[in-house]
Amino acid sequence: MSRHVACTAAELPPGARKVVEVEGREIALFNVEGRLHALLNRCPHGGAAICAGVITGLAQSDGPGDYRMERRGEFLRCPWHGWEFDMATGQSWCDPRRTKLRNFEVSLEAGADLVRGPYVAERYPVTVEDAYVVVEL
Amino acid sequence: MRLPFAGAIDCDFHPAAPGMPQLLPYLDEYWREQICNRAIDRMSFAMMSYPPNAPISARADWRAATEGAGSLAQVRAQLLDGFGLKFAIANVIHGCVALHNDDMAAAICRAVNEWLRAEWLDREPRLRGSILVGPQDVSQAVAEIERLAPDRRFVQVLMLVMGEKLLGRREFFPIYEAAERHGLAIGVHAGSTYRYAPTIVGWPVYQFEDYVAQAQAFANQTVSLIAEGVFRRFPRLKVVLLESGVSWLPMTMWRTDKTWRGARSEVPWVDRWPSEIIREHIRLSTQPFDATDATAVAQTVDRIGSEEVLLFSTDYPHAQFVGEEALPDGLPHEMLRKVLVENALATYPRLAQDAATPAIADAKEDV
Amino acid sequence: MNAPFVEQKARQTLTIVDCDIHPAHRTPDELLPYLEPHWREHYQTYGVHVRQALSSALMVPRMMAGGMRSDTLPERGGPAGSDLGMLQKQHLDPVNVEFGLLMALSKGGMEERNPAFAAAMSRATNDWQVDRWVRQEPRLRAGIVVPQEFPEAAVAEIERCAGDRRYVQIMISSRPSDPLGHPRYWPIYEAAERAGLPIGLHPVGYNGGHPSTGSGWPTFYLQEHYVFTACMEALATSLIVGGVFERFPNLKFVMVEGGFAWAPALAWRLDGHFEKFRKEVPHLKRRPSEYLREHFWWTTQPIEEPEQSRHLVEIIDWIGWDRLLYSSDYPHWDYDNPSFAFKFPMTEEQRRKIFRDNAFALYRLA
Repeated sequence: MSRHVACTAAELPPGARKVVEVEGREIALFNVEGRLHALLNRCPHGGAAICAGVITGLAQSDGPGDYRMERRGEFLRCPWHGWEFDMATGQSWCDPRRTKLRNFEVSLEAGADLVRGPYVAERYPVTVEDAYVVVEL
Repeated sequence: MRLPFAGAIDCDFHPAAPGMPQLLPYLDEYWREQICNRAIDRMSFAMMSYPPNAPISARADWRAATEGAGSLAQVRAQLLDGFGLKFAIANVIHGCVALHNDDMAAAICRAVNEWLRAEWLDREPRLRGSILVGPQDVSQAVAEIERLAPDRRFVQVLMLVMGEKLLGRREFFPIYEAAERHGLAIGVHAGSTYRYAPTIVGWPVYQFEDYVAQAQAFANQTVSLIAEGVFRRFPRLKVVLLESGVSWLPMTMWRTDKTWRGARSEVPWVDRWPSEIIREHIRLSTQPFDATDATAVAQTVDRIGSEEVLLFSTDYPHAQFVGEEALPDGLPHEMLRKVLVENALATYPRLAQDAATPAIADAKEDV
Repeated sequence: MNAPFVEQKARQTLTIVDCDIHPAHRTPDELLPYLEPHWREHYQTYGVHVRQALSSALMVPRMMAGGMRSDTLPERGGPAGSDLGMLQKQHLDPVNVEFGLLMALSKGGMEERNPAFAAAMSRATNDWQVDRWVRQEPRLRAGIVVPQEFPEAAVAEIERCAGDRRYVQIMISSRPSDPLGHPRYWPIYEAAERAGLPIGLHPVGYNGGHPSTGSGWPTFYLQEHYVFTACMEALATSLIVGGVFERFPNLKFVMVEGGFAWAPALAWRLDGHFEKFRKEVPHLKRRPSEYLREHFWWTTQPIEEPEQSRHLVEIIDWIGWDRLLYSSDYPHWDYDNPSFAFKFPMTEEQRRKIFRDNAFALYRLA
């Protein structure tokens, strides 16, 4: 397990998404209303780059004809087949046990803390003044 | 293969549909007048889905060549005694359900059901009946269910697989509500009222194609029942697909499961795998089975993935098998008791109550 | 439930043939240059005339981005599938497509009710496919769209295009107005056989005058998506039972995007009930399943995904590994990526057949 600086906080403001490469892996970063998510940028089902997915909520129902949206912004719909994934866990809503997007610990950290380590900067210049998105692989 | 023991439950047999003269005593004065003076009593209600002389419609050795054909005596000899049945569920397929006049259709349905009760159920304790309804008029269908539900010998509600609208639609929910409340299953039988062409691509040239197309109709109804959330709303309801061909089912499960994963938010009440809902709520009668040999039958059973869904049927007198080989070869031996007896008891609560009497224990295994 | 998703060890590295790619019009006026002046005016005044209430939208809206992968919108504007550069960058290059077969669906005249306009739209669509796509990207191949409900005009269009090897098949919508075994369509088969071209059947959003089921219209897309299979089952039944292959022994059909797992069960049903109906169809000299195995090919997308992948392997064993053709359906939402779609192990020979060799042989690609 190692920690990697993926980008500056300013590059991933609320509402933004970004693909970064960490240790040769494509990671899709999302900032949904301040909540950060880091997911392997590939759907395990069909291979889609999930960074292009739709951020949405979960349609729920008490029975035929009843519709309501819950958990706004917590789900990612794959850009191809529309499968719904819980962004916090990576789990598929339909098949949580067996279908899962790889997800990684991600946090926002102050540059001042980061320069003390331990982390892998990977050619990323860190300054004490800025905040950074840190992904744990 | 032959039945390995006596005491099976046949979930799909057909008394010959009564002619209008036979039904007149069961109609009220208004409808008797209408039917006689409009010469409807001389009309044949033979259905396009089952041309009377076509080989599919009756097995040659069960055909009405003799005077007693289609009679209770013949059914006793050839079916009930012949196969050593504990119960047989009589499904009367009558052409009246195709009439455009909903009131006339409902009146004739009532007469058919009364005729079944008086001429068959009252005279033979091994018989059980289905309540024939025309679902296009929901309120009259519900009224007929309510009228007959107190008679515990009626164990299900009977409709055709092709009608005016797909059976999952919400307008039919009162029918399912009544059926669930009374412990009746919903039986959906092959046949069409031909409101539309029997295939998505129009009117086939041959009867053979019409018959083959029934399997797609059953698949479409299955998908409709799932998509519309019928079983979410009526969690105790069972739908029995009668004379469906069975072998189409695995592909329908795979396809619907996969599409659901992308289309779930369109039908958020579908909160489980469609295949799981199918295994819990849909039942299929075993004749015809379509799969043509033991390997294909075994593969189909394996792909369906449940021992609970198949219900034994002969489809008597339709020509689906030869001799006494009423069970498809290839059904796993350890499943037979379920297919022949237990699944039917689990599907039809009313049968289970009747069977709780000691008689059912008489079913002896002789293999 | 569906198959568990094990990451495949062997990535797809063969050069492949993709038997289902959809080119789209960049603007509503895209076909105008290919239409004669009076049809240009007709199109601009009246538009198309199909058998439904909405003149230019599907009555069962799709789930994803209008039925498209939501990552396929061209940066330069226009709808998904309208940009050749994007098709190359997003699909042809990364998955190593050697040949890609175009399926030009919209406004091709297949569903148009006005016979003369249907013929004009088919001509325009076929010229457009070659001019805008095949000429600019030599890996692509066109399909001859025909006004299928007007066989005389369809035959003329086949004869106009058939000598040009850039057209590798004839395209018919899988929602015709009559089941395709009906004798009224037979002139098309005669022309196809004469031209040595297979006929590709592909689902379309517009109906041929019949609801999607024998019990009327479905409510939801979940149901409408299912009926793509029912089309193919009914058409295969009709073509076989109608005796088309007794009359045209060299005719070949490709079932595109209609699933393939239905094939064994349909064949069992046809064979199982054949004896009872034999006297009604005396023109059939063999069991129905024999015609199915001999005259039909299937594309793979959207591939079925049973919980146990061995079930799908059993199905393919029955159909024959030489009968399946890989297809992606780019840019549609249920796109199958060649590296991910097949959730079961295949031998190198099986891979080569499905991804390449079967299509090369069937379409005589070169």
